[in-house]
Amino acid sequence: MKLPASILVALAVLVGSAGTALAIERFPPPDFESGHKLPTTQYPAPHAVAWEYVDVAALAVALALASALALRVRSRRALFVLMLASLAYFGFWRKGCVCPIGAIQNVTLALADPGYRVPLVVVAFFALPLGFTLVFGRSFCAAVCPLGALQDAVLVRPVRVPAWLEQGLRVLPYVYLGAAVLFAATGSAFVICQYDPFVAIFRLSGSLGMVLLGAAFLLVGLVVGRPYCRFLCPYGVLLGWLSRVSKWRVTITPAECVHCRLCEDACPFGAIQTPTEAPTTDERAEGRRRVGRLLVLLPVLVAVGGVVGWWLGPPMSRMHATVRLAERVWLEEEGKVEGDTDESQAFRRTGRPSEELYAKALGLRGRFAVGGAALGAWVGLVVGVKLLALSIRRTRADYEADRSTCLACGRCFAYCPVERDRLKKRATHG
Amino acid sequence: MMDESGDDRRVARREFLRSSMRGACAFGLGGAVGVLAMRSRPDELVWQLDPDTCIQCGQCATECVLMPSAVKCVHAFAMCGYCELCTGYFEPEPNALNTGAENQLCPVGAIQRSFVEDPYFEYTIDEALCVGCGKCVKGCRAFGNGSLFLQVRHDLCLNCNECSIAAACPSQAFRRVPAAQPYLYPEGYPLEPRRDRETS
Repeated sequence: MKLPASILVALAVLVGSAGTALAIERFPPPDFESGHKLPTTQYPAPHAVAWEYVDVAALAVALALASALALRVRSRRALFVLMLASLAYFGFWRKGCVCPIGAIQNVTLALADPGYRVPLVVVAFFALPLGFTLVFGRSFCAAVCPLGALQDAVLVRPVRVPAWLEQGLRVLPYVYLGAAVLFAATGSAFVICQYDPFVAIFRLSGSLGMVLLGAAFLLVGLVVGRPYCRFLCPYGVLLGWLSRVSKWRVTITPAECVHCRLCEDACPFGAIQTPTEAPTTDERAEGRRRVGRLLVLLPVLVAVGGVVGWWLGPPMSRMHATVRLAERVWLEEEGKVEGDTDESQAFRRTGRPSEELYAKALGLRGRFAVGGAALGAWVGLVVGVKLLALSIRRTRADYEADRSTCLACGRCFAYCPVERDRLKKRATHG
Repeated sequence: MMDESGDDRRVARREFLRSSMRGACAFGLGGAVGVLAMRSRPDELVWQLDPDTCIQCGQCATECVLMPSAVKCVHAFAMCGYCELCTGYFEPEPNALNTGAENQLCPVGAIQRSFVEDPYFEYTIDEALCVGCGKCVKGCRAFGNGSLFLQVRHDLCLNCNECSIAAACPSQAFRRVPAAQPYLYPEGYPLEPRRDRETS
């Protein structure tokens, strides 16, 4: 067992020394008799950092404008124009990178890995929409986010997603957020970027998988309003939390709701809540019992999720290149597989001992077991809380935009007779 | 009346809860930004590959989101031996040492070979044609001086948040580097231009 390993190490050292031999000039550069001058190699610079700060300023201006248009001006048309402008600038001109959604991962990596210093611009892209949402609601989704804008622009014939499906699918963004944080924190991959459905469209170039994914989302988006925003976007989770407690928010009607029911079908995103009647004594008692049962179930869900996640940790750790490499090298050294791969060859060329690689991979696997358990517990918690939220009935007198899921697109304004009245009055006065 | 005041109280309580939560969120967000600002850098990071770690596997040509790739072959002329039989330019056993397509290693004919003086030839990369496959780099490093090397060209690179080539790179040669020093040179690269040679 020990002999082959030592031979391999010796081999690796040999290969390594062959690598360093490269620095020797095998053919000394000539001295030209004809006085030939060496051409200089050009090294084009990346575009100036100042432009990145211009982008941050553009983001702030767009957010302020979107908030004003949604809350004060209350104009769907103006929001739509701003949305197209954002799509053109942040999407097609800036090619979609870096976006606040992807910035979640940079921020996570910065918090988890002291060796990574996140660019200030990325921090600004992450935090600005969150700050605005805390004050004005999700105006970022309405008219600034290029991913939302693209889906909003192709929405031609919205259908209502059945409530059970809608509520079920709304759990996905939480799972996606948890997974993205786990993979970013362990330095494995930026999954949000790898599976960004629209970035290939913004760049008009990309792998077949990326293009197909984008096309599929846009096709579904013809009839289902903003499928990515509602059922996948991990940033939407954070925005939803903050907009739940925002200072101001979009209201369907500018004054008092007259219960005309006209806005009931206005929202393609299922974000309008209808009035509910006060529950009877029996319903109330049944509701209490259900909440009680769910409260007991909640820790069970968290525990089960944690165990499943812990168990899935090792397979998930293969998302990390080092773990994949270590597994491959181990298989090769144990003689369980024939031949080698580019990866294992490149590793041997570095001349580093495989024990070091194994130790690193084992450490990562341990982190993944803990992280996987946390992710599983998180999913359990989300499902439990979702069930609880569905079981708690709020008495509501008016038609209202849901605080967390309303994307502030302004489609419902025009359906409200009170709003029409206001516009008419303003027209005659102005 | 009693009911209404109860409702009012409920609304007031809800509003109080909401504003305290808002305060907590604002505090949390501010704190997070503060911590992140301490761990941040004012400049941008860009992607680059380390030519000494690179194994010329050819995936730079296929994995980049751009077509053709933003990775190109770069020539450090000061390291070049100006060989007549350039193993970066010619197939392993060329029919003849001329510019015939069948003799060339480059699949897209992106290397130009021009005569300087006997027995020296100069090799220049036409980056508009280069696809970044690294075949010439492999040839040059195997038998020559290693003056050809692959680099991400920053006039082309879109600087994706996660570089697709980096995700696929078998030797993990890609890393984020400060935008102010966006290139990584191979060992032996003369960072100071050798004036004696340039002026002679």
